Amino acid sequence: MSTVDPLLLSSSGSADSPSKHTAPARPSVGSLNCLCRADSCSSSVYEDCDTASVNFADEGDAIPRHCPEESDVSRVAERFQSADSHFFHRLSVECSQKERQRKISWGGVMEMQRSPSSLEVGVVSSSKEKPNRPPRGRNKSSHFEDLFSSEQEHDPRLIHINDPVRTNDRYEFTGNEIRTSKYTLITFLPKNLFIQFHRLAYVYFLVIAALNQLPPLAVFGRTASLFPLLFVLFVTAIKDGYEDWRRHRSDRNENNREALVLQHGDFRSKKWKHICAGEVVKIHSNETMPCDMVLLGTSDPNGIAYIQTMNLDGESNLKTRYARQETVTMISHSSYLGLIKCEQPNRNIYEFTATMELNNQRIPLGQSNIVLRGCQLKNTEWIIGVVVYAGQETKAMLNSTISRSKSSNLESYMNRETLWLSAFLLITCSVVATGMGVWLFKNTKNLDALPYYRRKYFTFGRENRKDFEFYGLALEIFFSFLSSVIIFQIMIPISLYITMELVRVGQSYFMIGDTRMYDSSSGSRFQCRSLNINEDLGQIRYIFSDKTGTLTQNKMEFQQASIYGRNYGSSLQVTSDSSHEITIAESSSQHDRKPKSEINVDALLLALLKQPLFGEERLAAHDFFLTLAACNTVIPVSTGGSPDLTNEVSEVGAIDYQGESPDEQALVIAASAYGYKLVERTTGHIVIDVQGERIRLDVLGLHEFDSVRKRMSVVVRFPDDTVKVLVKGADTSMLSILRTRNHDGLFDSLHAKTIETTENHLSSYSSEGLRTLVIGSKYLSNEEFSEWQERYEEASTSMTERSAKLRQAAALVECDLTLLGATGIEDKLQDGVPEAIESLRQAGIKVWVLTGDKQETAISIGLSCRLLTQGMHSIIINGSSEIECRSLLADAKAKFGIKSADLGKQDVEDLHNGDVSKLRSSNGQASESGIQNFQLTGVIANDKSVNIEESPNFDDAELALIIDGNSLVYILEKDLESELFDLATSCKVVICCRVAPLQKAGIVDLIKSRTSDMTLAIGDGANDVSMIQMADVGVGICGQEGRQAVMASDFAMGQFCFLKRLLLVHGHWNYQRMAYMILYNFYRNAVFVLMLFWYILHTAYSATLALTDWSSVFYSLIYTSVPTVVVGILDKDLSHNTLLYYPRLYEAGLRNEGYNMTLFWITMLDTLWQSLVLFYVPFFTYNISTMDIWSMGSLWTIAVVILVNIHLAMDIQRWVLITHLAIWGSIAATFLCMVLIDSIPIFPNYG
Amino acid sequence: SPFGWDSKFTQQELPACKPILTPKWVISVFLLVGVIFVPIGVASLLASNKVVEIVDRYDDACVPSNVTNKLAYIQNSTISKTCRRTLKVPKDMKQPIFVYYQLNNFYQNHRRYVKSRNDQQLRDASKANETTLCDPEKTRDGMAIVPCGLIAWSTFNDTYTFQHNTNNLSIDKTDISWKSDRDHKFGSDVFPKNFQKGPLIGGKTLNESIPLSEQEDLIVWMRTAALPTFRKLYGRIYVDLKENDTITVTLDNNYNTYSFDGKKSLVLSTSTWLGGKNDFLGLAYLTVGGLCFFLAFAFTLLYLIKPRKLGDNNYLSWNRNSAGH
Repeated sequence: MSTVDPLLLSSSGSADSPSKHTAPARPSVGSLNCLCRADSCSSSVYEDCDTASVNFADEGDAIPRHCPEESDVSRVAERFQSADSHFFHRLSVECSQKERQRKISWGGVMEMQRSPSSLEVGVVSSSKEKPNRPPRGRNKSSHFEDLFSSEQEHDPRLIHINDPVRTNDRYEFTGNEIRTSKYTLITFLPKNLFIQFHRLAYVYFLVIAALNQLPPLAVFGRTASLFPLLFVLFVTAIKDGYEDWRRHRSDRNENNREALVLQHGDFRSKKWKHICAGEVVKIHSNETMPCDMVLLGTSDPNGIAYIQTMNLDGESNLKTRYARQETVTMISHSSYLGLIKCEQPNRNIYEFTATMELNNQRIPLGQSNIVLRGCQLKNTEWIIGVVVYAGQETKAMLNSTISRSKSSNLESYMNRETLWLSAFLLITCSVVATGMGVWLFKNTKNLDALPYYRRKYFTFGRENRKDFEFYGLALEIFFSFLSSVIIFQIMIPISLYITMELVRVGQSYFMIGDTRMYDSSSGSRFQCRSLNINEDLGQIRYIFSDKTGTLTQNKMEFQQASIYGRNYGSSLQVTSDSSHEITIAESSSQHDRKPKSEINVDALLLALLKQPLFGEERLAAHDFFLTLAACNTVIPVSTGGSPDLTNEVSEVGAIDYQGESPDEQALVIAASAYGYKLVERTTGHIVIDVQGERIRLDVLGLHEFDSVRKRMSVVVRFPDDTVKVLVKGADTSMLSILRTRNHDGLFDSLHAKTIETTENHLSSYSSEGLRTLVIGSKYLSNEEFSEWQERYEEASTSMTERSAKLRQAAALVECDLTLLGATGIEDKLQDGVPEAIESLRQAGIKVWVLTGDKQETAISIGLSCRLLTQGMHSIIINGSSEIECRSLLADAKAKFGIKSADLGKQDVEDLHNGDVSKLRSSNGQASESGIQNFQLTGVIANDKSVNIEESPNFDDAELALIIDGNSLVYILEKDLESELFDLATSCKVVICCRVAPLQKAGIVDLIKSRTSDMTLAIGDGANDVSMIQMADVGVGICGQEGRQAVMASDFAMGQFCFLKRLLLVHGHWNYQRMAYMILYNFYRNAVFVLMLFWYILHTAYSATLALTDWSSVFYSLIYTSVPTVVVGILDKDLSHNTLLYYPRLYEAGLRNEGYNMTLFWITMLDTLWQSLVLFYVPFFTYNISTMDIWSMGSLWTIAVVILVNIHLAMDIQRWVLITHLAIWGSIAATFLCMVLIDSIPIFPNYG
Repeated sequence: SPFGWDSKFTQQELPACKPILTPKWVISVFLLVGVIFVPIGVASLLASNKVVEIVDRYDDACVPSNVTNKLAYIQNSTISKTCRRTLKVPKDMKQPIFVYYQLNNFYQNHRRYVKSRNDQQLRDASKANETTLCDPEKTRDGMAIVPCGLIAWSTFNDTYTFQHNTNNLSIDKTDISWKSDRDHKFGSDVFPKNFQKGPLIGGKTLNESIPLSEQEDLIVWMRTAALPTFRKLYGRIYVDLKENDTITVTLDNNYNTYSFDGKKSLVLSTSTWLGGKNDFLGLAYLTVGGLCFFLAFAFTLLYLIKPRKLGDNNYLSWNRNSAGH
């Protein structure tokens, strides 16, 4: 039932289209889909029935069992569930109408790959985009424009197989050399400088330095003025250069790998970088694909290849790819001919559209025929393929865009204040310029006579009586303005940018080094991958979390079973009877990094299975485990690495179960623990080792899981020639098709009782957060079987509406089942998740869960991680049309009195800033209808879920919004976004289920584009990448699902619960430190500038500095920088214990308490007052004295350094040795520097 | 290791001192500052009061009353500008008595002025032709002026001679400049050249046979003042003066301050450990000290009348804000 994970490709060879081509060679009975002729597939591959699926995507989770008749397609789907034959008629009508309509939702792209032959109807709906859909204005649309659009169809890419010369003749395809580095040795300097000067600050630096080179403005010496800029550029260039050198190195390694390429009729090894499109490449097992290739043939006669796409999408399980049957023969004859027409390179890894022209035959190629760069070949001896995309044009490379550089929230505030400072700077400069103008005007007549001005040269010679550096009143005023800009330049704290980077490096060091964020199980430390947004961690308002692998461990564990009305493995039994419990350590069936899975085996059940096959209960248990072992798409792979599956069975546990669904794996492993070991699976038969005895079951037909039926069944022939259908499925879909009568056609009260007890077990399982499945089976009589077989074969070969026909065939056998039992699988929560979520919510952070899982699972996880609580009202949105969604949203808003954002935003804010712990106590009745119903059945009327009578006071209610991906398709596409936003922001909890990766990003964007709140996305899989990149802060979990999420993230860590410490402790510290540091820097520089300004008022407005050039350059670089950095890294306002104990302390960041406009202006006033004291105390002390300018300048320099350092010292909250050293050391260093500067005789102040 | 994995440093748990501004701390710090500052202020004021200072402004007084155009008068080099001033000693003055001249409204710190010198030329005889930055007083007939630049050109050139009860009072004009200036900034082998030979004479002319390092008036002048009202040391008198003694000063009123309404004064002053006469510092110390005492007192009162519990959660921001709404 969990085949729903949409990223997965249906990997069972039995049902996929290419296997159809093998059909003629096989006996028609015993193979699947086999009657389909090769050419029949071509038209059906993509269009088979997107049709009906179009509209009733996946709301099935919440389909009510009895729903009113409506003409809406979704209703049709619901009825289908009850196998109403009328439905099929309706369905086909709908299908034909929409057949040609390739629908898409931007969110559903990933479901595409299932379309070829799976029976999945629901999801396909959202998967195709109307080619002429107008581009959306929002940034997410960029993701979709890559899709194969209609224009591109006219401009296909032509690949001549095994003719790279001709292939590359007409087109400029890229070679296979990849380059992720930014610079080469030659371009480094100009390009790096160009990039660096994108920073406005550096341009400012440059302009100031350039101004200073003009003779009338030369305030500073030339070197002194260039020094800061050069210093900064140099440091940054070194850093960039080092990073790029590392990229070069990894590129070189990658490009120099070798692969076997067909050259002169032979496969010879060739470096990756020399491979080009059109070449034929051979890949052996466990090798990595060098480029995107269309499969031509594999070592498997049927053309099957297993690949691991971990590098691409993070999925660790194997996926199947097929070579077209036509091309398989090509391999055996070693004649590589043909022309492939394929779409232009794009980054959609879930779609590939092409045709191959071979012997005047057009063969369609799809997603299942292509292997992508970065994938690894597994369990297949070799494959041969033709390169279609190489190098930068491969989907892997197109997807590995360099993530945009983020800049922190605080930094943008800081930039805003920098504008104020610029205004301030302009004012001071204008004052000086005006003063200069007035002074010049008043002294116009004297200018020649003033001994300290002397406008004219008064010596004879060339310059006789000419003006010396006097350009007229207007220009003089202008120059005076510019020179004061030069003098006051550090009013704009340029050094702050460098200081901030240094501080962030230091902060990262401590975050990385935090042992409490070290995941000892995987040995992974915290990682800071982005150095620009440390302080954002202190201001997160929204957390968007993935579920599987993030909140949960993604380790499915078979926990409980109900067999024949008896509950096994419940915690009660285990604890009371623990001595009997045996733990069987199953040899690792998972990926290497996963710990060996252990299964608790119930002793009673084991004892039952040891009994001879006699009695109803024993037989039911037998069938139960047979179904678990047989009814799935798991492929047993011997861990020896050999693809040959006929290994010795005696090697217990030497079998690796590869499947697309972890649930199925868990079931198979559980069955094997109870002695029902799946040994071999082919399209034709299954071999199961039942307690040492091998049973071979012939597979007569297999109905894959789809989201309409919500069950899967397999028709098998037992060795004793009986035919049975084994079914497993969601409780909602199974309970309605169980038999109520016994063989004699009488009401079977015993069975009914079993059903009743099983239902009770199911509800208790799901309330414990277990994922449940119901198992049933039925003997097929000869008549039933032959009728089914006829329908099934017809359906399998059908060219039109195959899915619907297959469903019809399935309905023939999936009825009147005998209930065998039910299973409860636990997706274990990670350690500390509920506590972490609780703390985060107390801290005022809203946690949204976005999961690809279905609604029930999402809700049960929500309950178990304490996101959802009993007192909450739940609003469930799962409409299947725009109108429906609109009305659902409107209803919910009306019901809970939610105002629109623009009208009552404050109210909404207040609502969710309110006391978290305040639970709604009055309306217990109402809440029951929401959540508790869920737990029981997982079914709720999709539009009337919040059927609560108008409650007088919803304001203090906690609302939970549960919305599914299908509704999001309509909502996010159809301008209902603002409605959703209003609703979602007034809910305490939002759970989005069944969402596609891009929808995740869309939801993040929904918040990001409408509020200024900071968002954080956390996830572990490739499906979270888009969300991670979209959010302000992306956090990757180094989980089992590859490294895609980590690569895209800003921070990466081992477990979800570290998020608590990351945000509450480090985030808070980083924010406080950075916020203080920025304010302090503003203060520090402004005090200095104002001090200079006051002096200039006493120098006849001429831009004179009492300080030496070097002192003013060193002021922010040496004299005062170290304490800033040290305090920015080390100071702590509160200890980590306090911060964790009082999560609400985090709200300081949310309220911008560390840095805001008010604080800025207070700081500026403080600056003004301090600079006045700083300047005028020495002024009055030494007015009318023999004090010379340089001594006075030194005095002021030392005074200002001491002043700002003491100011800093007074603000330090926590003094450690290093802080002392930095502060007092800086003052000492200042003295030292001044002594050094003054002892260089060429300086005017020497002495 | 102190910086290793899992060390106190990396876990940010280094031993630290966390000063909390409790009322006791604040009050005692203010008291301490007050206790330190007030005596310093008193001592400074006393020292300043002990200084005996005679200031005689003579720029107006030394121009004959019948002269209407002061500028023309001072620029006319043919007129003798000798002027006689009588000073009365207000209090006993102990030697050494410092003789200063004080200029008002003379922007020695003007950017054009401050820059207009060349330190290399002053120090090194071989760099005599190095006159960059010296504009507009750089060369004369193409020959480099030593010392060049506006500062040197405008050296103060009033001269004073003192008579005390008919006895000549000798002024010691040695060692009035900084020793480091004489030793390192002004070369002992650098002689004035082409100096004050132009059409406009700005100030003192220099004896071309005396090296710059011994031209102490020049050296004093070239250490430019920080502020537009300044004093420069003219010399010292090593004689004790009695109260009501009369000192006659014969001065040559050469220096042109009339073009910019500058004032010229002659200052005779004794000195103390604090330097010259300046009440500001003492007053500043007293004010700050007094303020500290006041604040200490006020806080003590506040603390006694309305004490506040340390670590009261009610004052935390979220509690405050939610109460406020």
